[in-house]
Amino acid sequence: MIANVKNKAVIVGIGNTTFSKDSGVSELSLAVQAVKAAIDDAGLKPSDIDGMATFTMDTNDEIEVARALGVGELTFYGRSHYGGGAATSCLHQATMAIATGMAETVVVYRALNGRSGHRFSGGVAGDITTADAIHWGWYMPYGLLTPASWVAMFTQRWMHNTGVTKDALFEVAHSTRVYGANNPAAFFHGRHFDRAEYDAARMIADPLQLFDCCQESDGGSAVIVTTPERARDLKQPGVSVLGVAQCAADNQEQMTSFYREEFAGIPEMETAARNVYAMSGLCVDDIDAAVIYDAFSPIVLWQLEAWGFCGYGESGDFVTDGALRTNGRLPTNTHGGQLSEAYIHGVNGIVEATRLVRGTSANQPTKAVNHALVTSGVGIPTGGAILGKMN
Amino acid sequence: MTTDEQEAIESEIYAFVGQQVYPPTPAADDVNDAMIRQWAEIMGDTNPAYIDKDWAASSIRERTISPPAMMYVWGQEGFQVTKGRAPNAMSNLVSTFDRYGYTGVLGTNVKQEYFKEVSPGDNVTIEMIIDNISERKATGRGTGYFFETLSTFTDQHGEKIGTQRFKVLKFIPQEQPAAAATEDKLDVPTRIASPRGHDNKWWWEACDDGKVLIQRCKSCGALRHPPRPMCGECNSMEWDSIESTLDGEVLSHTEIHHPKIPGYQYPLVCAVIKLAEGTNLVANIVGCSPSEVQIGMKVKGVLEQIDEKTMLPQFYPAQSGLNP
Repeated sequence: MIANVKNKAVIVGIGNTTFSKDSGVSELSLAVQAVKAAIDDAGLKPSDIDGMATFTMDTNDEIEVARALGVGELTFYGRSHYGGGAATSCLHQATMAIATGMAETVVVYRALNGRSGHRFSGGVAGDITTADAIHWGWYMPYGLLTPASWVAMFTQRWMHNTGVTKDALFEVAHSTRVYGANNPAAFFHGRHFDRAEYDAARMIADPLQLFDCCQESDGGSAVIVTTPERARDLKQPGVSVLGVAQCAADNQEQMTSFYREEFAGIPEMETAARNVYAMSGLCVDDIDAAVIYDAFSPIVLWQLEAWGFCGYGESGDFVTDGALRTNGRLPTNTHGGQLSEAYIHGVNGIVEATRLVRGTSANQPTKAVNHALVTSGVGIPTGGAILGKMN
Repeated sequence: MTTDEQEAIESEIYAFVGQQVYPPTPAADDVNDAMIRQWAEIMGDTNPAYIDKDWAASSIRERTISPPAMMYVWGQEGFQVTKGRAPNAMSNLVSTFDRYGYTGVLGTNVKQEYFKEVSPGDNVTIEMIIDNISERKATGRGTGYFFETLSTFTDQHGEKIGTQRFKVLKFIPQEQPAAAATEDKLDVPTRIASPRGHDNKWWWEACDDGKVLIQRCKSCGALRHPPRPMCGECNSMEWDSIESTLDGEVLSHTEIHHPKIPGYQYPLVCAVIKLAEGTNLVANIVGCSPSEVQIGMKVKGVLEQIDEKTMLPQFYPAQSGLNP
C-alpha cells in the first residue's frame, strides 16, 4: 500500500533563531523565538496554530510553547523518538495530522542548548531514561558511549568493505564548509577550511577526526505546515510535502545496530527512500538538490547510496567527482549542513530544503530546484521527505 | 557578560600570550642522587636506571639518569616562596582574570615531552612562557578561558632535554551543588556500569562471576544477544543460556580518543566481535597496540577485573601469548 499524502501538506513558514555556542537563554526561549519567526514568515498569527510536532528529546512541552506564544487551543500534538531520526518524522506527523484533518496548521519545532547545556559529545552516561539505559549499558562499560564512537564503528567496517577512503569524508566535510562560509547564519561563515586543517585536527574516534563531526550548537528551528487551501492565501510560495516516510528496520538499535548479518549499512533508510519515491511518484533522477543529515561526514555517503544516487560503495567516487557542489549533480547541504551551519537536530535542514525549493538559499544552485530531498539522522530509526513547489 | 565586557577582558588577557614568566634560569642545585632517590622512593619507582649505581654502571648508559618526569623538580623554588614571589607575567595574568570575576582556578592537564636524558652532575635550566589562551569557553565549572604555559628545559650545554605544557582553566565559579563534605574517602572513578533490570541482570551477574553467557531460546534453540524477553524467531518466552568460549573475530573497531572519560584507561579500543557461537558482542581489545587491531583479526576473550567495581570481558589477539 502506498500512503496517500502527496500534496496534502504544505510548508508555508520557516524560522531559525541565531545559532551560538552559549545562548544565555532557556531552551523554551529558543523554541518560541524559532516558532514565532516561522509564524511571521508565513504571515500567520500564533492563534492560527492548532497542532505541534517535536522530538521526544525536546525539553519544551507543547503547552508551554503554546502558552508563551498565545497559541490557544491545540488539537494535535505528537512527538517522534530516536534523536536526529525524528527530524523528518516530525514533518511526517504534521503531514498525517493535516491530511486526516486532525489539525489545520501544525508547527514543527526543535530547540536546544546543545553546547552550553547538555552536550551529546559527553556521552550517554548522564541523564538518560531508564529504558534507554539498559540498551546503552551494553556499551558504556567499554567506553563506547558517544555518538562519534558509534558512528566510527560503522564507518570503519564500511570503509573496509568498500575501499572508500578519507578523501570522500573530506569532500563531504569540505563541500559543506564552503557552503557554510557563504551563509551568514553559519558558524563557518567567512572561515577558510582546507585539507591541511582537516588532516591536522585531532582524532575523536578512529577514523573520525574533529572536522568529520558536526557543530554542537545552541539554537532553535521551526517550520509551519498547513493545508494546500490555506497555503494559497499566505505570503510565501508554498512548498509541498510530496512524500515523507519513517522506518525502523529489522534488528534495529539506537546507533548500535551491530547485530545484523552485515551491519555496515542503513537498511532503514533504504525502506524510507523506497516509500517516499512511491508516494511522490518521483525517482532519484527527479531530485535536484538535497539536505542530507550530517551529524558526521560518512553518514552523508551512506544516505546517497540508500536514496539510489549511486550503488553501495560508490558514494566515494560520486562525491569526489563534485556531485555535492553547487554545479554538481546534487548540490547538498547548501546551508553548510550541521557540520558548519549548526546542529539543530536536522530541523534547520527542513528549513534549508524549503529555501532550496523557494529559491532563497544563501547558496542557491543556478539550476531550477523543483524537488529537494531532506533526511533524518541515521544509525537510528530514520526517514526522509521530498519537497516540491506547490501546484 | 556583555559583549563589551568580553572585549575588555580579552583585550587585556590576549596581550599576555608570548610573554616570559621566567627567563632562562639555571637550577640552584645540580641534578643529584639524593633528590632522585627521595623522588623515586615517594613515587614507588624502583627502576634501577635511576637509583642503582652498580646496575647502571653495567647498563648501556654506564651511569644513573634522572627520571625524565623530574625535570620540573630541579628548578623548584625553595622555602622562600612562602614569603611571596615577585610579580611575573603569570601572576599578572591571574590577577587580571580575578579582577573580571574569573576567580576559579583549575589545573586541567600537564603534558611533558622528553628529548634528552640528564644524570647527576648535570644542571637544568628552565624557561617559561605563556604560550596560548583559548577563546571563551562554557565549561561544566563555569564560563572561562584555558591558558597554557610552556616550560622549556635545557642542560648546561644548552641542549633541550624536554618541555612541559601546563593548562589551567580560569573561570567564573558557578554555584555548585552542596559538596559531599561527609565523604571521608577519596572517590576514585570507575567505569560506568550498566543499569540492571529484569531482562539483563542475569547476564551482568554472570559477568561478575567470570562468565559471558549467551541467551538461548528453549523452544527453537536460537541464540540472541543482547538479551530480550521473547524469541524473535518463535515468540517463546522460555530461555536458558550457554557459556561462550570467547573465541571471536573482529568485525569492526574504533580507538576512542576524545573525550576521555574518568574511570577509563586509554588507549582504549572498542570492537564488535563475532563470537564462535555466532552472536556479536561489543567489548574492548587489549594486549596489542591499537594500530594492530584489524577487521578479521582472531581474538580470545577473558573476564577481567577492570577496577574496584567492574568485571568485563577483554579480548586479546589470539595466540599472542599475552592473554592469561
